[in-house]
Amino acid sequence: MNFDFADQSPKLMMLLWGLVAFAVVVGGLLVLLDAVPAFFARRREAQLVAASASGAPLPRRTKPREGLFALFFLLPTVLLLLIGLVVPAIRTILLSFMDGSSQNWVGLDNYRWMFAEDAIERVLLNTLFWVIMVPLAATTMGLLYAVLVDKARLEVVAKSLIFMPMAISFVGAAIIWRFVYAYRGEDQDQIGLLNQIVVSLGGEPRQWLLDSPLNTLLLIVIMVWIQAGFAMVVLSAAIKAIPADIVEAARLDGVTPWQMFWQITLPSIRPALIVVVVTISIATLKVFDIVRTTTNGNYDTSVIANEMYNQAFRYGQNGQGSALAVFLFVLVIPIVIFQIRNLRQQRRES
Amino acid sequence: MTTTTPPATIGTQDTNKRSTRAARVRGRLNSRIATVAAIVIAVVWTIPTFGLFVSSFRPEEQIKTTGWWNFFSDPQFTLENYQDVLFGQNASSGQLAGYFINSFVITVPSVLFPIAFASLAAYALAWMNFRGRDWVYIGIFALQIVPLQMALVPLLSFFSRGVSLGGVTLMPAWNLDGAQNFAQVWFAHTCFALPFAVFLLHNFMSQLPRDLMEAARVDGASHPKIFRTIVLPLVAPALAALGIFQFLWVWNDLLVALIFAGGSDVTAPLTVRLAELAGTRGNEWQRLTAGAFVSIVVPLIVFLSLQRYFVRGLLAGSVKG
Repeated sequence: MNFDFADQSPKLMMLLWGLVAFAVVVGGLLVLLDAVPAFFARRREAQLVAASASGAPLPRRTKPREGLFALFFLLPTVLLLLIGLVVPAIRTILLSFMDGSSQNWVGLDNYRWMFAEDAIERVLLNTLFWVIMVPLAATTMGLLYAVLVDKARLEVVAKSLIFMPMAISFVGAAIIWRFVYAYRGEDQDQIGLLNQIVVSLGGEPRQWLLDSPLNTLLLIVIMVWIQAGFAMVVLSAAIKAIPADIVEAARLDGVTPWQMFWQITLPSIRPALIVVVVTISIATLKVFDIVRTTTNGNYDTSVIANEMYNQAFRYGQNGQGSALAVFLFVLVIPIVIFQIRNLRQQRRES
Repeated sequence: MTTTTPPATIGTQDTNKRSTRAARVRGRLNSRIATVAAIVIAVVWTIPTFGLFVSSFRPEEQIKTTGWWNFFSDPQFTLENYQDVLFGQNASSGQLAGYFINSFVITVPSVLFPIAFASLAAYALAWMNFRGRDWVYIGIFALQIVPLQMALVPLLSFFSRGVSLGGVTLMPAWNLDGAQNFAQVWFAHTCFALPFAVFLLHNFMSQLPRDLMEAARVDGASHPKIFRTIVLPLVAPALAALGIFQFLWVWNDLLVALIFAGGSDVTAPLTVRLAELAGTRGNEWQRLTAGAFVSIVVPLIVFLSLQRYFVRGLLAGSVKG
């Protein structure tokens, strides 16, 4: 055993400081919030006493100071969001029009670079491929499984199995799947499951992660593996929320399971379906960990988020990195608008 | 659908019985196909993790030369991989024990702060009347869609250079070193978590009965008192759900940690170290398999024991920014 607790003590001290800071900030805020109304109550009492003693008309009750309270309740959140998200996002937009060292304005150069460079074009195409494939495959898989296990025995256990990858980090998932894709020479025993299957079917083992464009597809499989559980849980809840009398009426009408699925289930869960597709699309747009851990973006597998990290934090090209980040943001917007329009439409229908 | 009611239900006793029997056979066949399909999917989904798990207990030369499925014909069990990857002296062995503590130190405050701040804000947005309330809510809600990539470069420079506006210093540079860098990671995680946290808690809080709130107000309870004694206990399940979300998000995060915690063994969490091992020692499977499990085991326990809350939270607000 070679583990020195003394090495770890500064970290644990830091954790202690963090917890003290938490207690002081949150506790202090709550105490302050308690003290303020008590102060106003006392002042009003004093006013009333003074007024009754002097025989003057009683002062009118002032409006409750909700605004003041709300300010205290909201202050930490609003402040942190401004410093941590709003201002940086605006700065990123500005940086995207500047050069790598953020000194000089370069206009649209970074954006022109993005669409001119072949390597980046590949990155954009890959991202597009991810955003089409992952939501489609993960949602289909999740829906299929939700329908299959609905009201089955051991439903809870069956769902947990599919759902479990949600708890695993993208890094962990990437390692799990790299092991599935592992390659050894032709004359050796395979240790990767995929190559073993290929070999036992009479094929030749391949270096899966090196061949473009198949490697991108294999990375997409990892993301589908993670996201299908999310789709399954949300869709399963939506299926269970379909009113029982509709299902019963359809069953009395003698519809087949197939018709039931297409004519009853699918239209009823449409809103949930849209939420799932939108959520997975947005998560997929930002995928980074999987690509970085499996191929590090080599062999034509890079995506926008990975390239953004490389440009900004490895090559010191803040301008180009920021332009990629802005482009990512721009790609999210139509998806969100689509969802908002759908929500409005639903509200109007109901 | 309603116009084409088949006569089965109003047929004679005899045909009725026959058709239900046929339907039952067909139903059983269908459900059998469904069961088989469900099992196939479940197996495909589970096997990659299972293979890694089995491998992590096999001796090094076995992992590297034979497939993990050979474990069942030739079982050899060892804990050496875990010993090596957690406590090994060799710099290349992983030394994950220290990184495990880093993950822990990063996660705890990064979960507590956003929950506390977001519950205060969500209460104000749900139950207090003030001008511009809806606009503040819409603003926070909309921030969910800003990818955190948009904030990374400037936020890092805020930490190293501080914030100044027209010569006035709003926030001094943090100038942290060593273990103090944790504060930077906590700050970043807290900021990035808030939009979703406020959104989720607002969903729960605004559904509390209005009568309850008004009764409390009439009784003279102040907002802070209502918040502490009535609202917080009632939304405890939501707080639990948010806690699990945030825990999984922070523990499993790679990007924020890479940028704000750096790669040193003083502050970097498990994910950063694992990604590094996978990059530089991609074929040292005895370390990668055991290491991956060291990082997976905590979230898996949390997740399996608190799954109910997690699912409820997921259904209440399934958009994470």
